[in-house]
Amino acid sequence: MDKEKKQKKQRKQRKPKSMAYRNAVAGYLFTAPFIIGFLLFLLVPLMQSLRMAFSDVKFEGGIAYYFVKFANFKYIFTVDPEFVPFMINELIQMAYTVPSIIIFSFFIAIVLNQEFKGRGLVRAIFFLPVILSSGVLIGLETNNTLMQGLKDVIAESSNATSITDTVKSMFLSEGTYIGPIQYVFDAVDRVYEIAMASGIQIIIFLSGLQTISASMFEAAKIEGATAWETFWKITFPMVSSLILVNVIYSIIDFFVRSDNEVMTHIKNTMTASIEYGRSSAMAWTYFAVIAVIITVTSALISKRVYYYD
Amino acid sequence: MIKVNFLSKKSNKVKRVKNESFKGFWERNRLSNGYLLKKTIGRKLFNFCRAVMLFGLVFLILQPILSKISVSFMEERDLYDATIINIPRNWSVSNYEMSSMLMNYKSSIISTLWVSLLIAVIQLASTTLVAYGFARYNFPGKKLLFAAVILSIVIPPQTILTALYLNFRHFDIFGLFKLFTGKSINLLGSILPYVMISAGAMGLKNGLYIFMLRQYFRGIPKEMEEAAYVDGCGKLKTFFIIMLPDAKPMLTSIFLFSYVWQWTDTFYSSLFLREFRLLANAVAGLGDGLMTYIQNISNRTAFPSTAYTQAIISTGTLMVVAPLIIIYIVAQKGFVESLAQSGIKM
Repeated sequence: MDKEKKQKKQRKQRKPKSMAYRNAVAGYLFTAPFIIGFLLFLLVPLMQSLRMAFSDVKFEGGIAYYFVKFANFKYIFTVDPEFVPFMINELIQMAYTVPSIIIFSFFIAIVLNQEFKGRGLVRAIFFLPVILSSGVLIGLETNNTLMQGLKDVIAESSNATSITDTVKSMFLSEGTYIGPIQYVFDAVDRVYEIAMASGIQIIIFLSGLQTISASMFEAAKIEGATAWETFWKITFPMVSSLILVNVIYSIIDFFVRSDNEVMTHIKNTMTASIEYGRSSAMAWTYFAVIAVIITVTSALISKRVYYYD
Repeated sequence: MIKVNFLSKKSNKVKRVKNESFKGFWERNRLSNGYLLKKTIGRKLFNFCRAVMLFGLVFLILQPILSKISVSFMEERDLYDATIINIPRNWSVSNYEMSSMLMNYKSSIISTLWVSLLIAVIQLASTTLVAYGFARYNFPGKKLLFAAVILSIVIPPQTILTALYLNFRHFDIFGLFKLFTGKSINLLGSILPYVMISAGAMGLKNGLYIFMLRQYFRGIPKEMEEAAYVDGCGKLKTFFIIMLPDAKPMLTSIFLFSYVWQWTDTFYSSLFLREFRLLANAVAGLGDGLMTYIQNISNRTAFPSTAYTQAIISTGTLMVVAPLIIIYIVAQKGFVESLAQSGIKM
């Protein structure tokens, strides 16, 4: 509205405006779809859902809100038997999965950046999860009891459990402490899920690796650096900013994926038991937790990020 | 064989010049005091290990598809036969017929094609405009607005799901409709809500698209536009004639992302596009559909076995994914190359 007024004024005065002013107008016009969309379809619903979270929503012809202070939050934390366990479970899984995804995708990106025969085909297959793990498909995959059954049958008939179990039994028989190694075992056991979740991350790392100029490696080689040193002194710092991007992307992707228990619970509370207030309260709690986690991790990582300019 | 050679920027491989003196390997090895032999063995071993590892991981990713393909061609009795593991004994396409019927495949694939295309085009158009605005123009409040983009990526859609749903159930713009017609409009059940959300760059993962496109536009040298401006080209014309052709690879991949993710999305589809019987919704309801069907034809409370249900679901999944995999094979060159070029950085 302000813009139009200014434009009218402009016509009246017939005075050429500065370049900066015209650029600003163009900028607003180009971003107008987002501004309108953000206000109408994000900010307004967000505020509404915040209001819902603090009130009892009833349908009496229209929508009626009864302000109930923290009753909804009290309900989801003290009465609801599922929300808190789901949430804690989700957080623990996140803490497990995200580092594995980052390490795995970084490792794969380095391998895929090397020269070998059939590299194109291997790359194409590694990016396939971008399609295969999207939307409805990932949920179907995890619910596939038949495949699980087949796997169990094969494991039983061939009288062998997973390779990690075998290795673990070797460790345990010697009575060694396996605290941190347990993490590696779990990661190896879930390598399929990790591979399916790291399609985009591999692409991002690969794009970063390709921007490092070959002359740097050449210089290091001439100076007599080993591959190990080259990795930690050149490759790692040069892609460290992408680690930040990937960590944030992985966290968000993990929290909003469609087979997420908390998400399903929120949706069911809304559609099945028509508790709009409670479902909003849950969604807000969930969002607040995600926001805190992202802020903390990005603050921790961005301190160590090296920017090459 | 499909020719796969994307991301092959500049290959760093230097053509080996044949040694002029024609010395044999052992001769050269002797000259280097055994260093050459050690190095060659090391390299071969490394290559072998890498090949084994990559083969394993590639198999891991492809295995579910392969096993789904094998199950989809089995007859029901093959599923219970423990001696049949991967290759069906009685080949049949009855699973395909069954799930095609349950999903209403022909009509739903056509509607999915059109809806995904429409949504992808709208999202591409709006996110491109917005991203260009962010990449090239300075205006007050730009940083705040870009923070809003990040916010739209971070907020889980479930947070605003309820409110959005109710908004479109009782749709109104600042109370205007209520003022004139006496009641608000129910927009649910038409494609309009989702078209509006997409036009406002608020659809599925649209914040991410804006982010990627902005990075790409920033990477294009400014001199091109400046030259156009000097020659008297307007801002909009410059955008269409100079910038868009340059950004073609990125635009293609954003379009494909948007298309593919829209194709498999159930979140927005089940909320706003229920009436269109999209494939993603159809395959999500396949198990229940099969149960109802079996109960209807047998006229009593019979349950299809778990194995058979899963076989039908696997077949259905394959039928949903197949068009996407075809698109991927055709377009994967542009799909990933542009992403690799954009150099996404914070």
